[in-house]
Amino acid sequence: MASVDQFQPPAGSTTDVIRVALVGNPNTGKSTLFNALAGMRVRTGNYPGVTITKKVGRMTLGDRPVDLIDLPGTYSLAPRSPDEMVAVEVLSGDLQSEPPVDVIVCVLNATLLQRSLFLVSQVLELGRPTLVVLNMSDTAQSRGLRIDAQRLEQNLGCPVVSTSASKRGGIDELRQRLADLVMSVGQSDAGSESASQRRDDWALPESFYQICDQFRSHLIQSACVPVQSGNPTDDLPANTAELPDDYLLQRALLDRGGAAEKRLVRKLGAAILPVLNETRDQLRSDFDDVVDMECSSRYTWAGRKLDGVLSQGSGSGGLTDTLDGILTHRVLGLAIFAGLMLLVFQSIYSLAGYPMDWIDAATGWASDLVTDAMQPGILRSLITDGVIAGVGGVVIFVPQIALLFFFLAVLEDCGYMARAAFLVDRIMRLFGLSGKSFLPLMSSFACAVPGVMATRVIENRRDRFATMMIAPLMSCSARLPVYLLLIGAFIPSVTILGFLGLPALVLMSMYAVGVLVAIPVSLILKHTMLRGEAAPFVLELPEYQWPDPTVVFAKVWEASREFLVRAGTLILAASILIWFAAYWPGDHTRQYELQAELAQIKQQLDASESSPAGPLMQRRDEVSEELKVISSDLLESSLLGRVGHAIEPAVRPLGWDWKIGVGALASFPAREVIISTLGTIYSLGGDVDEEDEGLIGAIRAATWPDGSPVYTVPTVLSVMVFFALCAQCVSTLLVIRRETNSWRWPVFSFTYMTVLAYIGAMLTYQVGSLWSAG
Amino acid sequence: MTTLDQLCPGEKATIVRIAGVDGIASRLREMGFVPGQPIQFLRAAPLGDPLKCSVQGSRIALRCGEAQRVYLEPASAS
Repeated sequence: MASVDQFQPPAGSTTDVIRVALVGNPNTGKSTLFNALAGMRVRTGNYPGVTITKKVGRMTLGDRPVDLIDLPGTYSLAPRSPDEMVAVEVLSGDLQSEPPVDVIVCVLNATLLQRSLFLVSQVLELGRPTLVVLNMSDTAQSRGLRIDAQRLEQNLGCPVVSTSASKRGGIDELRQRLADLVMSVGQSDAGSESASQRRDDWALPESFYQICDQFRSHLIQSACVPVQSGNPTDDLPANTAELPDDYLLQRALLDRGGAAEKRLVRKLGAAILPVLNETRDQLRSDFDDVVDMECSSRYTWAGRKLDGVLSQGSGSGGLTDTLDGILTHRVLGLAIFAGLMLLVFQSIYSLAGYPMDWIDAATGWASDLVTDAMQPGILRSLITDGVIAGVGGVVIFVPQIALLFFFLAVLEDCGYMARAAFLVDRIMRLFGLSGKSFLPLMSSFACAVPGVMATRVIENRRDRFATMMIAPLMSCSARLPVYLLLIGAFIPSVTILGFLGLPALVLMSMYAVGVLVAIPVSLILKHTMLRGEAAPFVLELPEYQWPDPTVVFAKVWEASREFLVRAGTLILAASILIWFAAYWPGDHTRQYELQAELAQIKQQLDASESSPAGPLMQRRDEVSEELKVISSDLLESSLLGRVGHAIEPAVRPLGWDWKIGVGALASFPAREVIISTLGTIYSLGGDVDEEDEGLIGAIRAATWPDGSPVYTVPTVLSVMVFFALCAQCVSTLLVIRRETNSWRWPVFSFTYMTVLAYIGAMLTYQVGSLWSAG
Repeated sequence: MTTLDQLCPGEKATIVRIAGVDGIASRLREMGFVPGQPIQFLRAAPLGDPLKCSVQGSRIALRCGEAQRVYLEPASAS
């Protein structure tokens, strides 16, 4: 019989970093445990080729450097979502870019012991040194559930530690036992001995293992596996590397069409398929239903291991069911849900407002500082208009993102998120999505960047991608200034139906446009690019619990940092590019002279505060007027201005002149840019905001060459619809790129949204013009 | 023999089998839907779907479509 101890500790591993992986069902408190063990010394990144976030904490255990790896939650080692696939690949050492895992820590929910042992039985078969953690043991205890951890340790043949991670209980013991296990790695008989000793006590029927051994011999006989010396029953065949381990063979037999089968084919070639199918036929003659056999065998095994371990208490999750009675109630539950969402939504606007004002003030201050310290010139223009304006435009969203992720983390960690998905699943199905898509979409009303990042909670790839594709259609806060400016300037403040203000109605319609367009887009996607069988909705509703502050903090920190670093670098580059296009070519000498003179006049005015300085003020007005004209001319002859004239024919059907065209073009990296671009264009310098009377006045007064006004109601509506639908946000596109790990999806969302925006704006203008004409 | 979606709120039963051999069937099994295990139907979502039930101490939400595949033996009225 083939031995199971194929796993050999890496040579010379005493000096190498030991890799310890945390694995477990979702909602077992794995992240809390990870934070408790690794502290904040955590590196995050993506697994190569996949979008799953990888968390690695470097620590020292018993003098040895250890990398603690937090794997995505999984119910079994037969992976079905990309998340689970990563967990399994890391565990089995199938990621080419990474060495295999040395030690496995299997985290269980102590209140769900029997079910959790299903995963344990699969993990033990990997033959790696394993430690089992019974987390949430305090909860189990409070329910009168007595667990004899020592007995379980004997039964399982591997260390078992009880913890309550949220209260930092049992962490020291866990660290100690883990250190012992880590120290034994690399010592010749560690792990392998215990594995082979366990063999006779494994979960599946003996005949299954026999068939598995036959499968191996068949593979060798049919020359699928090159054998150079000896036979596989020898302890160390020269070609160990060529031999798939027992674990892989077993999983390939058990999971038809699963990951192990694909991996085996990759390793040994398609020639093994006939042998595989032949062996499966044999299995079927022994067991009616192989999947059933595995499940029931494992549960039987679990029952055997729990013999004498558990003494049952009341075993009810009283509080959770009571709370669920309220929170998922037909009327009350929906009302609370709506209230909560409103609260989150409102806080993102109102609470984030304060730090956003501070950041705005800080960027203004920095800009003033540079303006004062430097002579007018290309470098100053680059720093103030390019760098500070660009970076400030990104940093200003950090409070919103941090706050949103704070709410997401709290709602998720306390267990409410699963209920929210449960409540709205039926509604989200109208979009072709599931309840799990709700929160990412909701988040996108604040900003699509965290919204897209929040889609990570969706396991199903097609649902996840569809959600990402429609998230930018939710009207984000960056569109609001555009709406406010244009509505404030052009929509008469009349009341309709006795209570509804027309401006509010128009604003609401802009938010509705995105949502209404998202429905067909999502449905079409689900029937074309993301076609496939309906994703099942099976979701565990965890017990309610207090969120762990360290986990919440870590999530907020990570999201903010990621946003700043990744999106920030690109927004910076983009705003420098736009600045350059608006600056070059052109002779800015006169502009600088005027700027310098203006600064001088201002200084003089400040100095002679109280004394009347009529001529000086007159000169100031003259200079700023000339400056506006010159700046405007320079912009018109700049690259951006020329492009604006070039694209004018294309934007005419939307009712736009070249200036709006340029504004829209300049705001492709970020929508907010339109305000400052319009400000520049209408000779006011870039420094205006949506409340600036000057800008409102200027756009009201803007005319076509024939004297008719540029901004009519149809034009204004067309601009707003364009902004509501267009993908003018480099950050979002880049986040989509990162989350899908492909350029295809950001390119697609950019294209479809731009086309939609163009058509939507054109329809709005044409229909609106007919209306106002008729 | 009945299916999970046909139980009344609060009703208990014993799992007999899960129909099908696809991913969902195995996922349900891994989550504790094993023949012989007691199951309790807790409630439906406000719009009637999905359903919430309790198996092996955990609460699982699943859609009616999935629930139809869980065959049950109603608990004998005792």
